[in-house]
Amino acid sequence: MMAGVGGGNDFQWCFSQVKGAIDEDVAEADIISTVEFNCSGELLATGDKGGRVVIFQREQESKNRLLSRGEYNVYSTFQSHEPEFDYLKSLEIEEKINKIRWLPQQNAAHFLLSANDKTIKLWKISERDKRAEGYNLKDEDGRLRDQFRITTLRVPVLMPMDLMVEASPRRIFANAHTYHINSISVNSDYETYLSADDLRINLWHLEITDRSFNIVDIKPANMEELTEVITAAECHPHQCNVFVYSSSKGTIRLCDMRAAALCDRHSKFFEEPEDPSSRSFFSEIISSISDVKFSHSGRYMMTRDYLSVKVWDLNMENRPVETYQVHEYLRSKLCSLYENDCIFDKFECCWNGSDSAIMTGSYNNFFRMFDRNTRRDITLEASRENSKPRAMLKPRKVCTGGKRKKDEISVDSLDFNKKILHTAWHPKENVIAVAATNNLYIFQDKIN
Amino acid sequence: MAGAEGDDSLYPIAVLIDELRNEDVQLRLNSIKKLSTIALALGVERTRTELLPFLTDTIYDEDEVLLALAEQLGSFTVLVGGPEFVHCLLPPLESLATVEETVVRDKAVESLRKISQEHSPVDLEVHFVPLVKRLASGDWFTSRTSACGLFGVCYPRVSIMTHTFESTLITAVMHFRTLCSDDTPMVRRAASSKLGEFAKVLELDYVKSDIIPLFTALASDEQDSVRLLAVEAGVSIAALLPQEDLEDLVMPTLRQAAEDKSWRVRYMVADKFSELQKAVGPEITKNDLVPAFQNLLKDCEAEVRTAAANKVKVFCESLPEDSRETIIMTHILPCVKELVSDTNQHVKSALASVIMGLSTILGKDNTVEHLLPLFLVQLKDEYPEVRLNIISNLDCVNEVIGIRQLSQSLLPAIVELAEDAKWRVRLAIIEYMPLLAGQLGVEFFDEKLNSLCMAWLIDHVYAIREAATCNLMKLVEKFGAEWAQNTIVPKVLGMANDSNYLHRMTTLFCINALSEVCGQEITTKHMLPVVLKMSTDQVANVRFNVARCLQKIGPVLDSSALQAEVKPVLEKLATDQDMDVKYFALEAISGMYLFNLPTYIFSETFSFSSILFFFFSFSLSP
Repeated sequence: MMAGVGGGNDFQWCFSQVKGAIDEDVAEADIISTVEFNCSGELLATGDKGGRVVIFQREQESKNRLLSRGEYNVYSTFQSHEPEFDYLKSLEIEEKINKIRWLPQQNAAHFLLSANDKTIKLWKISERDKRAEGYNLKDEDGRLRDQFRITTLRVPVLMPMDLMVEASPRRIFANAHTYHINSISVNSDYETYLSADDLRINLWHLEITDRSFNIVDIKPANMEELTEVITAAECHPHQCNVFVYSSSKGTIRLCDMRAAALCDRHSKFFEEPEDPSSRSFFSEIISSISDVKFSHSGRYMMTRDYLSVKVWDLNMENRPVETYQVHEYLRSKLCSLYENDCIFDKFECCWNGSDSAIMTGSYNNFFRMFDRNTRRDITLEASRENSKPRAMLKPRKVCTGGKRKKDEISVDSLDFNKKILHTAWHPKENVIAVAATNNLYIFQDKIN
Repeated sequence: MAGAEGDDSLYPIAVLIDELRNEDVQLRLNSIKKLSTIALALGVERTRTELLPFLTDTIYDEDEVLLALAEQLGSFTVLVGGPEFVHCLLPPLESLATVEETVVRDKAVESLRKISQEHSPVDLEVHFVPLVKRLASGDWFTSRTSACGLFGVCYPRVSIMTHTFESTLITAVMHFRTLCSDDTPMVRRAASSKLGEFAKVLELDYVKSDIIPLFTALASDEQDSVRLLAVEAGVSIAALLPQEDLEDLVMPTLRQAAEDKSWRVRYMVADKFSELQKAVGPEITKNDLVPAFQNLLKDCEAEVRTAAANKVKVFCESLPEDSRETIIMTHILPCVKELVSDTNQHVKSALASVIMGLSTILGKDNTVEHLLPLFLVQLKDEYPEVRLNIISNLDCVNEVIGIRQLSQSLLPAIVELAEDAKWRVRLAIIEYMPLLAGQLGVEFFDEKLNSLCMAWLIDHVYAIREAATCNLMKLVEKFGAEWAQNTIVPKVLGMANDSNYLHRMTTLFCINALSEVCGQEITTKHMLPVVLKMSTDQVANVRFNVARCLQKIGPVLDSSALQAEVKPVLEKLATDQDMDVKYFALEAISGMYLFNLPTYIFSETFSFSSILFFFFSFSLSP
């Protein structure tokens, strides 16, 4: 059996948990639209099309049951965004959560940013385990006391109570985006963050909501001359002055905020020369980058286009250092994928904690992992069929032409409605969260 | 304290205490703001043992409540029993100093600093210093950032008074050093911003041996946001050091900051340039700061040039007198000349707001030869803001060379601004008109600018028409009633026959504004007949504005005119078919006390206030 991918040690991925309803018919609002671990991996947040954010907390591993691994349980659920209507433009603003980003922990509370198409909100998630008791004007049962019978003053006393988790909106960053927000990213100075929409990137101070600085604007004077849009943007994990943004043309620009207040001029431009032999009608569409992520080390970045994942060394602009095919077998299917709009799906990608492996999604509830050291890859499936606790995940294989072997799936029988767009990898351990439509799967490693 | 039979005086306090936990934030906030009342009622003992422990754990609340709480606790010393017990306030403030909201944390630190002064040296050492240490080594960066602001206040007093002088100071410096190399940029930022203040309380030897290395390290931090805060610390430190140490200890770092790769750091240097200049003294200014300032004026980033341009005047003013003129003429002016034709409008506009100030420094001849051409270029700048900034500072030049030199170029610039397509620009130039009129004199004004002022009265934007009327009033204040009667009143009154009702209303608005400054005679003789005539206007808006106008100018008119001319018209308007006209006419009548008053009151000898007096005495009599 093929070993799991994930950084050196041989291990098997096995099932841990699945969240979400089992029913076949899925409510649109329940579809998960983003998944994100916090900096320690103790919390996992998901956002959905209904504007809700659900936060899972990892249970403390119990000492007497060494085998039991920390499971993620619901910690807090709240409505982050509501549907709105822009009366000036006669546009509906969906409540769908496009991105969630955790802030580094600063005190006992946790903070995250959540964004829909237009508005970014800063949420505080905090615990409360004490309650004040004792009123002057009411007795214990809540009955009012006669005001003339008050003989002494009572100061309330705090008593322990069941743990309560509260989510409260701390700041609302609105009215800065004309187009749809596709990315938010917290700067390593921890006081600013950037938000990107189709044509512009804004820089915000986390404590200031009434203004932001426009640092990139690619909107042409005449919209008919528009040839590319910004698809994703991210701040460098350590260098506070560096950020990148990717475009629908398959290129990535790296900008240095030290050089100038406006980052219209990039300092690096990453582009792989196109192979003229593979040029087709769809070339431009499938080269559009749907996600860009810096490695934890800050040395590399990874980009996802429709058919592949590429790893770039920040010091080499002319081609990626690694390219991994995610589902090359779809190249012959592009025509039908264009017709059913799947070709415009925006797959995301993520690094493991040590940057030695990467993960991204595909169709038919398949997701792919690539080991950067051994160059091995694996296809796994998020499915309820094998959802016994600690059941090992069987590698899947898609038959590409020729005779279909046992256990293989033919390209034609792939279900394109089941797509895995959003995945997240625990920052330190081999724990992954995979969003499959309305279900969240959590898988863990099992060392052989 | 209350007796056993109950005491209704406790009731309001009981309400306040209960409202500390009301669901309504506003009620909680009100209650917190009256915390001293609660504490007073509870007495010092119960405040210490019950109220403060409760408040210590109330950190779940909204920011505004916590902010109010942090502020209250800063002046709570008397309420807990005086300086002897002031340390009881430390626990609640400690927990407030760790919340994530910066404003709350800062307020808690401010209060801690305040009450630190009320601690005895022994208490300071037993209670306060451990608190600072706890905060400085806290798990979360919020507590560590708060600690940065506390070193400066608690150590000077501890160290002077107690025998542990050396060791306390050394630990303080050690803790601060740890904070300066904290893992999180937030703490390093806090340390960077408080470094200057901490340096101020230390002995000079410690500054040289301990603070300088910290400053150097922070000024070369990998985070831009830390480095830029170190600039300010550098300025404070430079002010502490003797002249001979500056060159070795801080100048290399400051020089490096002025050439930092990040424009934000260079911006900070430009922004703090005058303070820096003051701190390092004339010699270093001549040798180091002048070239640095030249570079900042030529910086590739417009934001930096803007900040530097803003400082041109103060920088030049503070140059050492003996070489001031030479430095300006040979080093600064060439850069300024380039900035006049900068590509960025904000740079030019910043320069335009200070450049006129140079003329007083350079004197008449240099101004005429070197600065005047620059003013003229800026007066023709494509951006209205630049031109406006020049015009708004005309008084500086007027003192030195007289405005005539400029008037040839001034006029086209003003006319162009007056006719700018953007109404906000027109509004801005109108606001400078009284100033210009004062500088240019009445003849020039009548000849060139009067027609502009009248043209604004028929602008199609209401805000401009409104500003134009206000402008007329200010002009009359300057030039006097006689001038008004000859030049503007006829034109204003002429508009009463305009076919556009908006223009007719402008006449009324002008009269509202002008009647008082023009005085009774002009108002009664010239304005009133026009207003009265307009009461038969076919547009209701004009008619009700007549009513409002009459009410407004009433105090200026004499009583016979009021009674004989105004009253009948208002009474007629009060029966108007239009509701609004009726309303305003009645309001004017009652506002002027014009109804049912015996006529003998209105003799010429009575002033308006005596009319009021009589009216009141009538209404009081049975």
